[in-house]
Amino acid sequence: MMILKVNGRDHQIEAEPDTPLLYVLRDDIKLNAAKYGCGLGQCGACTVMVDGKAVLSCVTPLVLLVGKQITTLEGLGTVDRPAPIQRAFMEEQAAQCGYCIPGMMMRAQALLQRNSKPTDQQIRSALAPHLCRCGTHMRILRAVHRAARMMREAGNSTAGHGSPS
Amino acid sequence: MRIALALVAVLLIIGASLALVWRPAIETIDPPARQSFDPELVKRGRQLAAIGNCTDCHTVRGGEQLAGGMPVRTPFGTVYSTNITPDPETGIGHWSEAAFRRAMNSGVDRAGQHLYPTFPYDHFTHVTNQDDGALYAYLMTRRPVHAPARQNQLSFPFDQRPLIAAWKLLYLRHDEVRPDSSKNSEWNRGAYLVEGLAHCGACHTPRNAFGAERKEAAFGGGEADNWLAYAINVQSPAPVPWTEQALFTYLRRGWHPDHGVARGPMAQVVSNLSPVDADDVRAIATYVAGLFGSPASDRIRSAEAVRTEANKAPTAAPQTSASIFAPNAVSPATNTGAAIYAAACASCHETSRPLPYAGLNLHLSTAISAPDPRNAANTILYGLPALDDERSPIMPGFAPSMTDAQVGALLIYLRAHFGHEPAWSKVEQTVAQARQAQAAFLQTSADPPNIATEPLPRDKP
Ligand code: HEC
Ligand code: HEC
Ligand code: HEC
Repeated sequence: MMILKVNGRDHQIEAEPDTPLLYVLRDDIKLNAAKYGCGLGQCGACTVMVDGKAVLSCVTPLVLLVGKQITTLEGLGTVDRPAPIQRAFMEEQAAQCGYCIPGMMMRAQALLQRNSKPTDQQIRSALAPHLCRCGTHMRILRAVHRAARMMREAGNSTAGHGSPS
Repeated sequence: MRIALALVAVLLIIGASLALVWRPAIETIDPPARQSFDPELVKRGRQLAAIGNCTDCHTVRGGEQLAGGMPVRTPFGTVYSTNITPDPETGIGHWSEAAFRRAMNSGVDRAGQHLYPTFPYDHFTHVTNQDDGALYAYLMTRRPVHAPARQNQLSFPFDQRPLIAAWKLLYLRHDEVRPDSSKNSEWNRGAYLVEGLAHCGACHTPRNAFGAERKEAAFGGGEADNWLAYAINVQSPAPVPWTEQALFTYLRRGWHPDHGVARGPMAQVVSNLSPVDADDVRAIATYVAGLFGSPASDRIRSAEAVRTEANKAPTAAPQTSASIFAPNAVSPATNTGAAIYAAACASCHETSRPLPYAGLNLHLSTAISAPDPRNAANTILYGLPALDDERSPIMPGFAPSMTDAQVGALLIYLRAHFGHEPAWSKVEQTVAQARQAQAAFLQTSADPPNIATEPLPRDKP
């Protein structure tokens, strides 16, 4: 048994220490934004934030997470009150099939929390670990720029519960 | 310190006196027309440039090819590589072949200035005039790029170029690599490439206080960019001794089932060697196999033991106890490390999936049996990034999900469980340094290229 802190709440988890975080998020806590892609940390679909940093949840076992703060896409905003990164992706219509997008949003969020005005290249290299075979790459880029603007304008680059570090 | 100062003073005096024996400038020429070079010569030059890593050192990440600006860190400060495209103003467009040859032979630029030995002319001096000619033809037919050199950041007195003359007097030898008639032509070709153009010793040989290679410890292990370049002689820490065939495979493909994947600076070396003629790579393997020597019988026996251990059917992951979840549990580092290994690593490193898409059984890993944990720390933190346009082994990096203490505990466990040597010291400091080195690397190397971006129509006012 362990306490897992997800989106600002403590969850009591009954699972072996080697269980990947992704399984616990989806199966036990029913947070389904993070996706199962390859299971080997090679595609980025399972990305969430741990203590403000983008982490591949499918290769991150519980044993590494004692005392750490986990943020999933659900923790950034809701359907009624989407966070800037979510609004930006919707306004730019940046999802095609959408499977990889929650992971991309989480990494973009982690980037924007440490760099409120990233260049095109910085966004590209930050998102490089994410595989996506749809045709919206340029829209994704635009969405991240848009989210950056929205967050700067709101003067609040730490929307959501991820603590910047 | 006092000795160092005295030495510096002596060197300054020698340097000052030698500066009098200045090197003359070599006449400028009009940049030669591309068509004036034989395409065959250019092609050979391309291969030679690959063996010499010219492009890696003279290109910043994402920058224009050969336009220079790459920071090379030394204990004395940072030296930036220069623009070696044929741009007349900022590159070597005005250099004659003789001027280029002099730079390769004795580290003097066209205008007569001494060059820092971060440009490894202590090795390139062994390159034949004929090969220099091919390299020259290759460089002079590249696209000229206008890119002024960056200012070096060196502390006094190391910013004084005349001092380099003294360094050369002490350490630059032109006649070290002579053909050995008792050896076959393959070995001799290998010696020529390894000691010369391929400059393997620039990374694999330890350096003295003046940044010169310690010849008496040749290939005894050096370093590059916070990576340990393991000993590749009789002192090799590899759990299974290297053979000529294994070397050929590793240098050609970038991995070997007994030794794993080449990472960090060695990954670049290997990727450079991939388009080079197989014969030349074979020659390098032949010569380097000679450096390792034939292993003593006890090493062969221990290698057999290691192989048997590594080839055992993957066992159930080591048992972990749920007590590690207890926030205050004071478990020895090895227990924590064992639990992390079982949970985060074993699924890839103890599996029936074949290399290189699965991880090496760590009993075989040189990183784990090396004298310090630097390479293992680099690999755990940053993993193996996917290569562009190539199938490649990938390991996710754990920098964002593990604390220094967690990586430290893991390293201590790996060394105890899979290593064959005494425990490492200062493990956690090594982890912290690896993080700093990576941050510095990302800061100084340029961003990746900006593939012609679409304009952002919605951004227009
Ligand atoms: C380990 C890094 C490294 C490698 C490998 C390397 N160079 Fe350089 N090179 C440098 C640095 C650094 C300088 C600048 C030295 C200085 O400013 O004194 C330099 C300078 C030069 C210069 C002098 C240019 C000028 O304008 O003064 C030439 C020519 C040159 N390199 C050619 C080559 C060729 C050809 C190769 C491959 C066979 C090569 N270099 C490989 C680091 C490297
Ligand atoms: C720029 C620096 C650099 C140069 C040049 C270089 N190496 Fe390396 N080499 C390294 C580093 C760093 C490693 C460790 C890589 C790792 O941990 O995967 C390494 C590893 C190796 C290994 C694996 C040893 C083991 O036990 O696992 C061999 C063999 C080797 N190098 C041979 C060569 C040869 C031959 C050349 C010349 C053709 C060469 N290297 C040139 C930096 C260099
Ligand atoms: C998703 C698969 C995967 C996971 C998870 C993984 N690795 Fe790897 N690892 C690889 C691959 C692939 C390589 C490259 C092949 C090789 O050299 O072992 C590699 C290489 C290494 C090496 C270099 C071995 C050598 O000397 O060549 C070390 C050390 C290492 N991993 C340690 C770890 C540790 C410690 C963990 C757990 C924190 C881990 N790996 C988790 C896939 C993985």
